[in-house]
Amino acid sequence: MIEVATNDHNTPEVLLRVKNLKKYFPIHRGVFQRHVGDVKAVDGVSFDVYRGETLGVVGESGCGKTTMGRTIIRIYEPTEGQVYFDGTDIATLKSREMRELRRSMQMIFQDPYASLNPRMSVERIVGEPLEVFHLANKEERKQRVARLLELVGLNPNFMTRYPHEFSGGQRQRIGLARSLALNPSLIVCDEPISALDVSIQAQVINLLEDLQEQLGLTYIFIAHDLSMVRHISNRVAVMYLGKIVELTDQDTLYANPLHPYTEALLSAIPVPDPIVEEQRHRILLEGDLPSPANPPKGCNFSTRCPRKVDICSEVEPEIVEVEPGHFCACHLVQPAAATS
Amino acid sequence: MHAVDSISYTLDEGDTVGVVGESGCGKSVHALSIMRLIPTPPGKIDHGEVLFRGRNLLELREDDMRRVRGAEIAMIFQDPMTSLNPVRTVGFQIMETLILHQDMDKGQARARTEELLTMVGIPGARNCVDDYPHQFSGGMRQRAMIAMGLSCNPSILIADEPTTALDVTIQAQIVELVKQLQHKIGMAVIWITHDLGIIAGLAQRVNVMYAGKIVESGPVKSIYGDPHHPYTLGLLQSLPSHGTRKNERLFSIAGEPPDLVDLPAGCAFAPRCRYVVPRCLKEVPPLEEVGYGHKAACWEKARISR
Ligand SMILES: Nc1ncnc2c1ncn2[C@@H]1O[C@H](COP(=O)(O)OP(=O)(O)OP(=O)(O)O)[C@@H](O)[C@H]1O
Ligand SMILES: Nc1ncnc2c1ncn2[C@@H]1O[C@H](COP(=O)(O)OP(=O)(O)OP(=O)(O)O)[C@@H](O)[C@H]1O
Ligand SMILES: [Mg+2]
Ligand SMILES: [Mg+2]
Repeated sequence: MIEVATNDHNTPEVLLRVKNLKKYFPIHRGVFQRHVGDVKAVDGVSFDVYRGETLGVVGESGCGKTTMGRTIIRIYEPTEGQVYFDGTDIATLKSREMRELRRSMQMIFQDPYASLNPRMSVERIVGEPLEVFHLANKEERKQRVARLLELVGLNPNFMTRYPHEFSGGQRQRIGLARSLALNPSLIVCDEPISALDVSIQAQVINLLEDLQEQLGLTYIFIAHDLSMVRHISNRVAVMYLGKIVELTDQDTLYANPLHPYTEALLSAIPVPDPIVEEQRHRILLEGDLPSPANPPKGCNFSTRCPRKVDICSEVEPEIVEVEPGHFCACHLVQPAAATS
Repeated sequence: MHAVDSISYTLDEGDTVGVVGESGCGKSVHALSIMRLIPTPPGKIDHGEVLFRGRNLLELREDDMRRVRGAEIAMIFQDPMTSLNPVRTVGFQIMETLILHQDMDKGQARARTEELLTMVGIPGARNCVDDYPHQFSGGMRQRAMIAMGLSCNPSILIADEPTTALDVTIQAQIVELVKQLQHKIGMAVIWITHDLGIIAGLAQRVNVMYAGKIVESGPVKSIYGDPHHPYTLGLLQSLPSHGTRKNERLFSIAGEPPDLVDLPAGCAFAPRCRYVVPRCLKEVPPLEEVGYGHKAACWEKARISR
């Protein structure tokens, strides 16, 4: 059912294991900057990522996807929880080993405006990781940069230009080229295509898939375009307000969503066909989005859930394996074994 | 370099026109030109007219233009950080326009600001009115900008990829919100996007841009159902459909967008085109009628269909 790269024993090999990961941002107020609370951006997520697979992560803006990605690759220190990469608890690594590990884990950033140094030429931006790790001389570097630019659909002649001369989409591709420079094994792709035009999105997705096949790359693919996530992912995690509410393989998620939030999400995907759109019925969610600084009592989704019952605003649902490989955190969804 | 080269279209009161096209094709420059927000130098509007209810915006005095910009035509920018002032709170910035253009006092403006932020789905709006832009997530910043754009009930809303960072449930809510506002105040919308899905459900007309020009334009149903420009066709074909599987390649338009500094002679799309004939490399095809209100700029337009 789940197609993933397998080792000799034919079971999927876990490349990354995330256990009860939390990242809180303290809130300070007043003249004395008193600690008055926390933004619970990531609030206890656990999952495995298999070597060679793509794990899609979808969810509302502000639900903590970027923070989760950044905490996994240790741009942020976790508040709680563990991240195991290739079996090693990252927290125990010494700085030298951490440096090596940074080569293996890369992130493509969401905001192409903030992530490129405006004073560097494209050649320097893309070639910088190679320079930092002393991986190529100047001439080799230039050739590699040219190839990387071609890979991401940019004219290699753009090498001498600066970020401000590019449109948003073009800048995102520069960031992509840069993150590919070190041949990493895990790439956290934080909405890498949302700024790109569709014709280029398809190219980049094809490119990401080609590279995955050639180099055995593993991806965590954060996006809000569910049709693209469906295409690229082996499994998909749905996040809501700092937590994973549903996780399963992509076919099951789209054919048989269990969590009411996943249902709403799927029903909101725009269809590129005006005739279908005219007749479509959407589950439009209502109500205020809760803030991660002050999550509701009980289930985080209870304030907007169309299927809410009493227990939902009292008790927080645990995430349980409802069917083999299908995890869901909802009081209304019980494991198949328990109901039968 | 011509970032936008001779484009013409009309927008009726209360209507929505979608503008789609490759990244770098000039969508933002076109919108900024309408708003007269092109930094000069290096940019300049060489010629053309932007008629708003009969007045040519390009000939207005700067202070008149500023009034139009604040109250009559609002723009939501692609990059929230360029239009949100990082050293002012989000609430202050919205209240400022309300006080300036809507004659509200501070209390009214604050209440309206909270209402607007709630309307665009910002969690706990009351508590983050006094937050600074950097305290917002990317999507929250975009929503704050949408709130700012809608604050003055504009006659025209120019939305430059306003929902790119948002999840589809919020996008659906915002599209619904914009439709309601159109209904209520008769607002017309220019919606710039690369997502053909949104336009299908929102716009009456679509302009497809390529390398600074409109290459196809028409009613939404005939553009999606019967495209006559190979670029439009390619865009529609490159969307993943329900059937496509992992590792099944998506259709993609070959090549890369042209360098506007060094455009090819003839049709700018020719180097990437599957239907290219020798004429395409020499002569620029004009935008010509292919159906009712539907135009395409392609020498081979008769040969192209879904
Ligand atoms: N450096 C920070 N300091 C304080 N709060 C933060 C910080 N970064 C993120 N947050 C908060 O954490 C929450 C999660 O933000 P995050 O950027 O991870 O969301 P996201 O899912 O990536 O959203 P988007 O889809 O908009 O990018 C938000 O409420 C945000 O305001
Ligand atoms: N300030 C500038 N200086 C020089 N060139 C610019 C400037 N701003 C834009 N350009 C160029 O003008 C062209 C059109 O840019 P524009 O930002 O309008 O594209 P766009 O269609 O909005 O793309 P995207 O979908 O990526 O936002 C691009 O080739 C870009 O490189
Ligand atoms: Mg994010
Ligand atoms: Mg733009």
